Amino acid sequence: MLESVIHGLGLIAVGAPTALLCVLGTASLVGQPFSERVVGRLVQFATVTGLVASLIILVSMLVTGTRHVPIELGSWVVIPHYHFYIKFVFDRLSVPFVILSYVLCGTIGAFANKYMHRESGFNRFFVFYALFMMGMVTTSLAGTIETLFGGWEFVGLSSALLVAFYQDRLGPSRNGLRVWIVYRVSDAALLVASVVMHHLSGEGDFAKLVGTGPWPGGQALVNGQQAFVVGILLLVAAAGKSALVPFSGWLPRAMEGPTPSSAVFYGALSVHLGAFLLLRMSPILDASPLLSNLVIAIGVLTAMFASFAGRVQTDIKSALSFASLTQVGIIVAEIGFGFRYIALIHILGHACLRTLQFLRAPTLLQDYRNMENAFGDRLPQFASSWMRWVPERHQAWLYRLAMERGFLDAALTHWIVDPVLNVFRYCDRLERRWTTYLAGSETRTPDRILPPSVLEDVP
Amino acid sequence: MKELHLPWLELAIFSPLLGAILVGRLRDPHRARIWCMVFTGISFLCSAGAWQDFQFLHATQAEDHWHWMGSIFGRELFVIDQVSAPLLPMTALLYFLTALATLRTTVRKFSFAWTLLAESMVLAMYSCQEPWMVVGLLTAGTLPPYRELRARGAPTRVYVTHMGLFVVLMVAGWAIVSAEGVGNHHSLVGIMCLLMAVLIRSGIVPFHCWVPDLFENATFGSALLFVTPIVGAYGAVRLVLPIAPDWVLRSMGVISLITAVYAAGMALVQKEGRRFFSYLFLSHSALVLVGLEMVTPIGLTGAFCIWLSVSLAMGGFGLTLRALEARRGRLSLMDFQGLYEHTPNLAMCFAITGLAAVGFPGTLGFVGAELLVDGAVATYPFVGVAVVLAAALNGIAIVTAYLRLFTGVRYSSSVSLKIRVRERYAVLALTALILIGGMLPQDRVALCHHAAEELLRVRSSHAKSAVEHAVSTEPEAAEESSAEVSARGKIAQEEHADHWLD
Repeated sequence: MLESVIHGLGLIAVGAPTALLCVLGTASLVGQPFSERVVGRLVQFATVTGLVASLIILVSMLVTGTRHVPIELGSWVVIPHYHFYIKFVFDRLSVPFVILSYVLCGTIGAFANKYMHRESGFNRFFVFYALFMMGMVTTSLAGTIETLFGGWEFVGLSSALLVAFYQDRLGPSRNGLRVWIVYRVSDAALLVASVVMHHLSGEGDFAKLVGTGPWPGGQALVNGQQAFVVGILLLVAAAGKSALVPFSGWLPRAMEGPTPSSAVFYGALSVHLGAFLLLRMSPILDASPLLSNLVIAIGVLTAMFASFAGRVQTDIKSALSFASLTQVGIIVAEIGFGFRYIALIHILGHACLRTLQFLRAPTLLQDYRNMENAFGDRLPQFASSWMRWVPERHQAWLYRLAMERGFLDAALTHWIVDPVLNVFRYCDRLERRWTTYLAGSETRTPDRILPPSVLEDVP
Repeated sequence: MKELHLPWLELAIFSPLLGAILVGRLRDPHRARIWCMVFTGISFLCSAGAWQDFQFLHATQAEDHWHWMGSIFGRELFVIDQVSAPLLPMTALLYFLTALATLRTTVRKFSFAWTLLAESMVLAMYSCQEPWMVVGLLTAGTLPPYRELRARGAPTRVYVTHMGLFVVLMVAGWAIVSAEGVGNHHSLVGIMCLLMAVLIRSGIVPFHCWVPDLFENATFGSALLFVTPIVGAYGAVRLVLPIAPDWVLRSMGVISLITAVYAAGMALVQKEGRRFFSYLFLSHSALVLVGLEMVTPIGLTGAFCIWLSVSLAMGGFGLTLRALEARRGRLSLMDFQGLYEHTPNLAMCFAITGLAAVGFPGTLGFVGAELLVDGAVATYPFVGVAVVLAAALNGIAIVTAYLRLFTGVRYSSSVSLKIRVRERYAVLALTALILIGGMLPQDRVALCHHAAEELLRVRSSHAKSAVEHAVSTEPEAAEESSAEVSARGKIAQEEHADHWLD
């Protein structure tokens, strides 16, 4: 009886955001979007339903002493030699994470309902928001790598589209594209990791790969070398999603989106998803000390870089994003050291604090003015104590380095993106010559296409 | 062989043929469009009926009721099997949606009569298994685009060079195979001729330049309908796969893999909408060939799944670009266009079809992409990762195009660019198919798996008969072939055993 109740509640926890997305998405597709009031109610209903179901599961787990509740939906696709199994798991890791997701998404939903009032893209925002929430909940509760991959992709797509939310400006579009490119690299790494894991264990169930014990007690069923290969791929995936070095450049760019989405996605939930992945696969880290050391190194490097770059940011959202990244770096290092519970508690606390800071960001000047009025004077400005140790002739250079965010973006563009694109541009020129040779004349339309209005003026 | 309950196939094939004759006599393009919609609609309903009827029969093959063709030609020409069953309605739907979404601004440039004729030929080709008929219909299928290029006064040399080579190699290849006797051990010359023909028709590097050239010079609709059914892959299934050795196919698979990555990269640097689409499509169609050339159960199943999803999704993607072109003229990808405010539905359709093509979760292409990656990594342990690379690059290219076309600036227009009613129906139908098909993939994947099993069984039986023939004529050659047979037989037996265990 209790089992079937928990099974039902598990389905509600997973299904609430999915239902929200279906309702909002279908209304948008048929061109009959709901009013702001109805959208607000639907969002409230879905988040509260999901949250209550998750809380009841938590309470029942505490009462019964169960620490691992699998919700198996069965095979979604099954043919000989291949099956896609859908399974969700409520355990010590997923329950706090899903509750955190619901609490923060609920808060942001209520905030955004007012903040986005009468915005032309109000409905679009909430469709992406529902997609994000569904992705977060699916990823948090995933019991197989394939299910996790699905949620992971939903989070990525909604994040990139929300960065480009203000679509009548160039900046958000360009930055949205940057975010998407990094996410695609991250997704590709996760997909390869999932296929490799499928080949190693015969299926994508975490229990088969990282041991059957409840988290964090599992033991990896792969050897050190296999763990290293899978772990490297997972680390690339996590680095892309959590903006770890060298992919850190996208995080401040993501602040182009509306403040509520910046708060919940890049300040709180999305940015911790990489750390969540590492926590979920932590038995693999235990199986390979080299991998653990690599995780620590990347975490420490990210924390140092973010702390350094964050000191010179001139807008509050960028400063907060780097502050957030500093903590994520520390969390990743904690995971590498094997402090699983500390990392989990760190994520929960940090996500809540950062969300509140982001939500206060639009009224920062007002807050400062209030404080100054209370003091009766300007707020004091302190120079960093580190500057005393830096020679004066290097200070300007360091300032520039921090302002340019360590030239990480520029380096990736210069050393990876541009050479690859130049090769294809060269091939394109060769193809043009070849086609012209075959056709006997130039058959390609010019690259610069004139708009119809201009064409009409051409004699 | 089992029989369908109605002559669905003949109705599906001959209704557009009849329509072509009727529409060809009409002078008013608007009436021509309406009649084209009617005939493509009938053809779609009949082909969907054939598919459902075939599913209901639980057969590996079925022929039409009443045997009209049999009574005229002495044998049944049209047969439906597990490979062709879903391809028929999918192709008919693409033709119907293209006719439905053709706007007034483009009706004068688009030939509805030739479109109906082309549809009839493609459906006939999918419904026949007789190799010479497949060769003939593939050859005939190259004529409508040529006629259109000539009618528009556009350059034809690139198209003619490639298609001429394709036809010559295909005819020569099958002539050699026929001369050697079907069911015997075949020389590499004949197989390579056929394989090269398939690679040319599928636009595999370095034989791909005709595809961007066709898109630039023909109407978007005609070029789209010529490439999206991926008939080159059908040629591979009927002519090459049953007889080619594994090592030849897998070597060609590597070339297809390179094409998938190369074309995806080329799509990233294109500055014009049609060329961008053509490279994006080339990358996806190359992935279908990658799956086919693996000749493993998972690879073939993935290839069949991807074939359906890519045809439908890229078809929808192309139709969206065509609808935008009808509003704005040729689309530049150098600048941001900001069209979202005017056409949000087209933007949604663009995003959904594009994401479905790259196998985004929850869409039609997801499971197929997973199967393909799984098969590729198993068959080509290191090179197989290139499938993921191609998918990643395609994903980036699609979102880049989306952002450039729909965002970035505030675009003001003196005329309404809003979606029209017929376009809205087309968009909704496609979106529903992509999303519902993505949520409920089991039946489709099972069907594709059965098709893969059947193909492997045909390969195995062909290899066996080749060895038997070799034993009776050249005992030395028999040893060489027996290894191949045992490999193919093993795969087919495993499949058969799994099928029974299920």
